[in-house]
Amino acid sequence: MIHFVLLISRQGKVRLTKWYSPYSQKERTKVIREISGLMLHRGPKLCNFLEWGGLKVVYKRYASLYFCMCIDPDDNELETLEVIHHFVEILDRYFGSVCELDLIFNFHKAYYILDELVIAGEIQESSKKTVAQLISAQDSLVEAAKEEASSISNIIAQATK
Amino acid sequence: MDSIINPFSSGTRLRDMIRAIRACKTAAEERAVVRKECAAIRAAINENDQEYRHRNLAKLMFIHMLGYPTHFGQMECLKLIASAGFPEKRIGYLGLMLLLDERQEVLMLVTNSLKQDLNHTNQYIVGLALCALGNICSAEMARDLAPEVERLLQFRDPNIRKKAALCSIRIIRKVPDLAENFINPAAALLKEKHHGVLITGVQLCTDLCKVSSEALEYFRKKCTEVLVKTLKDVANSPYAPEYDVGGITDPFLHIRLLRFLRVLGQGDADASDSMNDILAQVATKTESNKNAGNAILYECVETIMSIEDNGGLRVLAINILGRFLSNRDNNIRYVALNMLMKAISVDAQAVQRHRATILECVKDSDASIRKRALELVYLLINESNVKPLTKELIDYLEVSDQDFKGDLTAKICSIVEKFSPEKIWYIDQMLKVLSEAGNFVKDEVCHALIVVISNAPELHGYTVRALYRAFQASSEQESLVRVAVWCIGEYGDMLVKNVGMLDVEDPITVTESDAVDVAEITIKRHTSDLTTKAMALIALLKLSSRFPSCSERIRDILVQQKGSLVLELQQRSIEFNSILEKHRNIRSALVERMPVLDEATFSGRRAGSVPTTVSPSTGASLKVPNGVVKPTAAPLVDLLDLTSDDAPAPSSSSGDFLHDILGVDLSPASGHSGTSQAAKNGTDVLMDILSLGTPPAQSSSSTPDIFSPSQNQKTAVVSLDGLSTPSPVSARAASPQATSSIIDLLDGLGPSPPAPENNGPAYPSVIAFESSSLRITFDFSKSPGNPQITVIKATFTNLSSNVYVDFVFQAAVPKFLQLHLDPASSNTLPASGSGTVTQTLRVTNSQHGKKSLVMRIRIAYKINGKDVLEEGQINNFPRDL
Repeated sequence: MIHFVLLISRQGKVRLTKWYSPYSQKERTKVIREISGLMLHRGPKLCNFLEWGGLKVVYKRYASLYFCMCIDPDDNELETLEVIHHFVEILDRYFGSVCELDLIFNFHKAYYILDELVIAGEIQESSKKTVAQLISAQDSLVEAAKEEASSISNIIAQATK
Repeated sequence: MDSIINPFSSGTRLRDMIRAIRACKTAAEERAVVRKECAAIRAAINENDQEYRHRNLAKLMFIHMLGYPTHFGQMECLKLIASAGFPEKRIGYLGLMLLLDERQEVLMLVTNSLKQDLNHTNQYIVGLALCALGNICSAEMARDLAPEVERLLQFRDPNIRKKAALCSIRIIRKVPDLAENFINPAAALLKEKHHGVLITGVQLCTDLCKVSSEALEYFRKKCTEVLVKTLKDVANSPYAPEYDVGGITDPFLHIRLLRFLRVLGQGDADASDSMNDILAQVATKTESNKNAGNAILYECVETIMSIEDNGGLRVLAINILGRFLSNRDNNIRYVALNMLMKAISVDAQAVQRHRATILECVKDSDASIRKRALELVYLLINESNVKPLTKELIDYLEVSDQDFKGDLTAKICSIVEKFSPEKIWYIDQMLKVLSEAGNFVKDEVCHALIVVISNAPELHGYTVRALYRAFQASSEQESLVRVAVWCIGEYGDMLVKNVGMLDVEDPITVTESDAVDVAEITIKRHTSDLTTKAMALIALLKLSSRFPSCSERIRDILVQQKGSLVLELQQRSIEFNSILEKHRNIRSALVERMPVLDEATFSGRRAGSVPTTVSPSTGASLKVPNGVVKPTAAPLVDLLDLTSDDAPAPSSSSGDFLHDILGVDLSPASGHSGTSQAAKNGTDVLMDILSLGTPPAQSSSSTPDIFSPSQNQKTAVVSLDGLSTPSPVSARAASPQATSSIIDLLDGLGPSPPAPENNGPAYPSVIAFESSSLRITFDFSKSPGNPQITVIKATFTNLSSNVYVDFVFQAAVPKFLQLHLDPASSNTLPASGSGTVTQTLRVTNSQHGKKSLVMRIRIAYKINGKDVLEEGQINNFPRDL
C-alpha cells in the first residue's frame, strides 16, 4: 500500500502531503525533512527509488516538482511510478498544462483529484476519463450551490438597502 | 469575489493569503502573516461565523501544510461536515483528512455524521464519506460503520462500489475479525466489467486473503478460474484508449490480477497449474520497451517465482531478470536486483550465473542500486567463491564513497568472518579492511579479530609484523591502531626478532625502539580516543618487560601520562609506573602474554547464546551454598574492555564476567562475582586478575608458562602482599578475601594493607534478592572485636531498562537481631545495571552461634512516576554470622 504521498518543490517546499498510515505531526515533519534531504540531492540519471526506514520511496521529478510516494518494500516500484504518472496526467488534463503555481493556489483541487485516485493507500481508478468526469460533476455541484447562495445574498443585500 | 459580494466581511480571500505568504522574504515575515491570519480565523471561530467557515478552513489547510499548528480548526471540520450543502461537506471532509488522524479523540465525534452521509441520497456525498472513512478511520469507527460499507458494495453506481471496496480494505486492516462479512460481497465484485470496481475488488480480495485463511480457501476454489479468464481478457483486449498506458491496456489491473493469482497459487498445485498458461503468455507477450510493460513483467516474474514449481516458467522468469539486469535503465536494474534476492531461494545456480554483473552493480554510482547489489552479493557468497568476491569488494573499498564505506565494511567483515577458509586469509583480509576503512569497523569485529589472532600461535609473528607495516602506512585508522597496539604489546618480541617467518613475507628490521614508537605515537596523537590510548599504555607496560633496553624510555612516557587530564589514563599511568618502580620483581609475571582467548566463549557471548538469565531457584538447586549460580562459561579475560569498569557483565549471573586485567577499578559488583567464584575456586580468579595463568577451561591447552599455575599464584601473592602478616599463603589464596586484598594492593597507592580485611573469618557474598527487575547482593564482614556484629554491604543492581528513582530499601529482622541502616549511596538507580547503589547494614546477633540471620526486605521505587513495591525474605545468609 501507499503510506503517504508528498509533493515537494525543488526548493524543499511542501506542496501536498497525504498520509494513509498514521504519523503524528512530529513524525510527519521528520519524514518530510528526511525524504526531501535524500531525494533533492540525487542526481538526474539515478534510479527513482530510495530505501528509507524499511520502506521504499518512489519519486519522480516533473519540472520543478518532485512527486513521491512511499510504499511497502514488497510493492511494485515500477507500478508506483505509473501511478505517479497517472496522477500527473490527470492534473495536467484538469488544469490544462499544470504548473507548480496551479497546485499552490488550488491545492485543495489537487487533493480532490488525489482522493478520486487513491483511497486507503490503494489505487481506485485506472481511467483518467472517469476521474475527470467525477471531479467536474462535483465542481459543478459546488458552482451551482455558489450561484444559488450569491443570488440569495443579492436579494438580501437589496432588501436591506 | 466574496469580498466584493459582501463588503462587510473582514479577512482576506484564500488566494490573497497565499499570495501574501509567498511574498514574504524571510521566515519571520511569513510567521507574522500566518499569525495574523490565524488570529483572524480564531476570532471567526469564536464568533461562530458561518459564511466564511469553509474559506477559513481552506486557509487553515494551507497553513497546516506549511507546518504551523492548526488544532484549533479541528472542530470547524466537524461543523462543516454536519452542514447540509455539498460544498461545505466537501471542504469539511478534506479538512478532516488533512488536519486529523485516526489517533485523535475528536474523530469519534464524526462517526454519526459519517453514518448519515453514507446513507445520503446524493451519491457524491456518499463518495466523500467513503473516501474520508477509507483514509482515516479508526478501529472503533470501522466496527461501527462496517455494515454501511458492506451494503454500499452493492450500490448501483460503480464509482461508489469501488470506493466502498477500498474502504472495506481499511476496515479489515483495522479489524481483521470483520473479514468474513466481506468475503461474499467481495467475490461478487470480481465478476464486474468496470475496471475501477475490478481493480478495487481484486485488491480487497487480496487483502482478505491476508487476514483470513477461510477467505483464501474460498477464493482459491471459487475464483481462480474467473480471475485467469479476466487476466486473459485484459491481456488480449484490443486497443482501449481509456485504459491505455504505453500500448498496454490497464497495467494497474494487470498487476493486481497477477498479485492476487500469486496469493492463490502459493502452496496450491492445482491453482498454480490453472494459471500457468496465462502467466507464460504474459511473460512472453508483454512489450518491455515501456515502464508499464516492465512493471507487469516484474509482477509476473514474482508470481512465477512464488507459485508452485513449474520448471519451464521459472526459466522464462530468470531470463526476464537477466534481461532486466543488463538494461540501461537504472530503475529496471534496481528491480532486477531486488527480484534476484527472492530468486536465490528458488534457483541459486541461475542467480550465480549473473554474479559478474551483480558485482558491477555494487560499484554503480547510484546508492540505491549499490545497496541492493551488496545485499545480493552477500547472499551469493559461499565457500567456493569467497576469495575472488572478497578481493573484488576490498578493492572497491579503496575507491568507494565515504557514505557507502560503512555498509560495505560491515558486509566484508561479516563475509570474511563467516566463510574464511583459513586463519591467515582471515587475518590478511581483515588487515586490508582495517587499513582501508578502519574507522568504519565495529568494535566487536576487532574483538573477534584479536580472538582469532590469539588463537593462531603460528601466525603471531607474521600478524604483528603485518600490523606494524600497516600502521606505518595508515595510522589514521583507529581500529587498525588498536589491533596493532594490542598485538605489539603482546607479541612485540616476535616483531623485533622476526620470529616465525612465513615464506610469503619479506623480512623487515624493526628495532625495539621502533616498536615502542608505535605505542608512543598512539598515545601522543590527539585524534586517538581514550580506549586506544589506554591500550597503548598497557602495550607499553608489556613492552617494558619484553624490551629491557627500552625500559627507561617507557617509564618516561608513562611519567608524562601521569599528568593526563583524563582520569582513566592518569590512574593507569600512575599504577603502571608504580609497578615499574616498586614491583620490578613481579613485573615479568604480571605482563605475561595473554592466555589464549577462548573462541567458543567469545562467539557464544556475541551470539548471546551464553545463558544470561538463570533464575535464582535453579541456581540454588546447584550445590552452591550461597545461591550464586554456578558459572557455566569460563571467565573471560578481556583486555580490551576498558569500559567494563562500572558494571562488568551486570545481567549475567552465569559467571561470564569480564575482568579488566589491569583496569584495577573493580566495582563492588565485579568484586562480588569474583569473590563468589573464589569461594569455589580461588585460584582462577586470582589468576585472571593478574593475567598469569589461563582460564580453567583451557588450563592445559597452551601458554608455556614457566610457572605452574599454583606456583605463580603463590609468587604473586607473596610479592604483592609483602606487607601482610605472614599468614599461610595457600589458605589465604583459597579464601575469597585474598582476592580483594590483592586488588587493593595492585593500585600501588595504599602503603598499608586494609587492616580489617585480614581479621576474622570471611564469608561468601550472597544474592539476597533477585527479581526480573532488581538484584541485591550482600557482602559480609565482621567487626574484629565483636563476633556478634556483622556489617553487610548491600549492592543494588537495576536489571531493567528503566531508571529507578526515589529508591528506598527497608529491612526488618526478628527480635534476637538488631539492625542499623546507614543511608544509601544514592536514591537513583541507573538502568540496565549501568551503575549500582550501595547501602551498609549493621546487624547485631544476640544469639550469635545459635541462630543465623534472617531478614525481610521491602524495596520501593518509581519507574516513570509509577510506584513499584517489591518484597522478599532472605534466608540464605551464611551460617554463623
